[in-house]
Amino acid sequence: MEPSRSRIHGADDLREVARELRGVTLRMIHHAQSGHTGSSLSCIDLLVALYFAEMRHYSFRADWPGRDRFVLSKGHAAPALYAVLQRCGYITAQSLLRLRQLESILQGHPDSRRCPGIEASTGSLGHGLSIAHGMALALRGVEDGPRVYVLLGDGELQEGQIWEAAMSAGHYRSANLCAIVDANRLQIDGPVRAIKNVEPIADKFTAFGWNAIDIDGHDMEQILDALGRAREYNGGPTVIVARTVKGKGVSMFENKVEWHGKAPSSDELAKALQELGLSDDA
Amino acid sequence: MTPKRTLSTRAEYSRTLVRLGERSRDVVVLDADLSSSTGTAAFGKRFPDRFFNMGVSEQDMMCTAAGMSLAGKIVFVSSFAIFATGRCWEQIRNAVALPGCNVNIVATHAGLTVGKDGASHQALEDIAVMRAIPAMTVVVPADAVATRKAVEAAAWFDAPVYVRLTRENLPVIYSDAHPFEIGVGTQLRGGGDVTIFAVGLMVHLALEAAEILEDEGLSASVVDVCTVKPVDQQLITRCAKETGCVVTAEEHNVVGGLGDAVGEVLLRKWPVPMERVAVNDSFGRSGDPLDLLRYFDLTPEAIVAACRRAVARKRN
Repeated sequence: MEPSRSRIHGADDLREVARELRGVTLRMIHHAQSGHTGSSLSCIDLLVALYFAEMRHYSFRADWPGRDRFVLSKGHAAPALYAVLQRCGYITAQSLLRLRQLESILQGHPDSRRCPGIEASTGSLGHGLSIAHGMALALRGVEDGPRVYVLLGDGELQEGQIWEAAMSAGHYRSANLCAIVDANRLQIDGPVRAIKNVEPIADKFTAFGWNAIDIDGHDMEQILDALGRAREYNGGPTVIVARTVKGKGVSMFENKVEWHGKAPSSDELAKALQELGLSDDA
Repeated sequence: MTPKRTLSTRAEYSRTLVRLGERSRDVVVLDADLSSSTGTAAFGKRFPDRFFNMGVSEQDMMCTAAGMSLAGKIVFVSSFAIFATGRCWEQIRNAVALPGCNVNIVATHAGLTVGKDGASHQALEDIAVMRAIPAMTVVVPADAVATRKAVEAAAWFDAPVYVRLTRENLPVIYSDAHPFEIGVGTQLRGGGDVTIFAVGLMVHLALEAAEILEDEGLSASVVDVCTVKPVDQQLITRCAKETGCVVTAEEHNVVGGLGDAVGEVLLRKWPVPMERVAVNDSFGRSGDPLDLLRYFDLTPEAIVAACRRAVARKRN
């Protein structure tokens, strides 16, 4: 028997949660004076749609075997995931201010041994798709059984292991697996297209036997629609190529490669919160 | 000497996997296109729904294994030792060991005795690189009985375990009553002049060396260390105190393997003269397994010579 669950249904409400969690994420990174600002802001809308609308999970029963799983393969976006997990009730608000500190449950990259709600330890790029597929294989065969979601970066697609895993999931027709590519077009050294082009992403996955959906990764209706189509597709795994903007929501961070792994100063935080329409005294 | 009964450790692994599969529905097995060589094919035939051939993709295989473990499975992963540890070391370190997954890496075809395939296939560094990972257990069984018991113990041991097997059959040393335990070595023979610590196929060569030494009037103790990590510190220290000098013997590079594991214990607990029989920091090469062991000085005679050196140092 499934426990009851409360969901946010309307796209407007999800957008509001995403706006607030952008502020929470920036406060965390500012407080730690370390963390990945741009990479966290590009994927928050996707995380909010997953955790508050699509996935079946309960913070009060984090070990429920029937829960859907999420793996943050681009583990450097951990602050965004921590903000979401806190809003869901997995971790306390106080713990957010211990990001990246000694003995904190919020390690620089997600650690499944320390932090409730984290399903897999990630941070080394290229691992998450295989890990998620392993979960999907272990959980398959149950009608309406658990689904497994994994968030990849577009730069991460340069890892060869991603394509080993893509081939495996296509081969095993793992329909309970859904990968989402946070295609924010930037990696540490510059534009993905300039460093080593990964396009056409959807065509590549299609060639590996996947169902591919290309969307605007900040359009909440499109995100929800794509997740629903992925859930209903039984022929194999689905990849949602989410076109995003690195640093989305704060103009001084948007599309700026230097904000990949930088923390905002007090002034920058205040400006950012103002632009997001959030108070900076929280 | 009478010919000893030999058994394939790979075949024993294969049979043990099937028995484990019968005991628990949670046991799953992954291989990377070597299932007929590693012995996992028998499990796949018996339990096709719980066997996953991941193709020639060791990195993907290792992280897939981690994911299955995180979803509650008891996972066995097999390939040749060179690929199972070298090709995906970082996946083992970050995706398997860091979260403490119950993923059991049972690698076959370790060491020189792979034979004719040559250097590219001869893992001589696998003990070193597995031992360097925190929380990893490293077991090197000396015969088929120890292999069976090590694989069974690994299944129920809720942490990653590396089990190192070789290609060639090994003489049977243990009876079914052997009280195998992870982290516990076995003294196979007592002696007062020198202790030989060995693992894997070097254990039976060490027993032969002890017989040669006995004819020369030297009494050698022989210990099957078996678990290289966590190594049996008590047994190593006790033997070093009793004999005053030691020799280590392994089918592995001299860097980072059994010799270093024993040496680290003695350095802290009871320093005594120590000699090592191992591959002298070089790559392997093609050849017949027995010829290779002679070529690289991994023989009873080499162990005897090392024992003489160790005893001489003790007396100086």
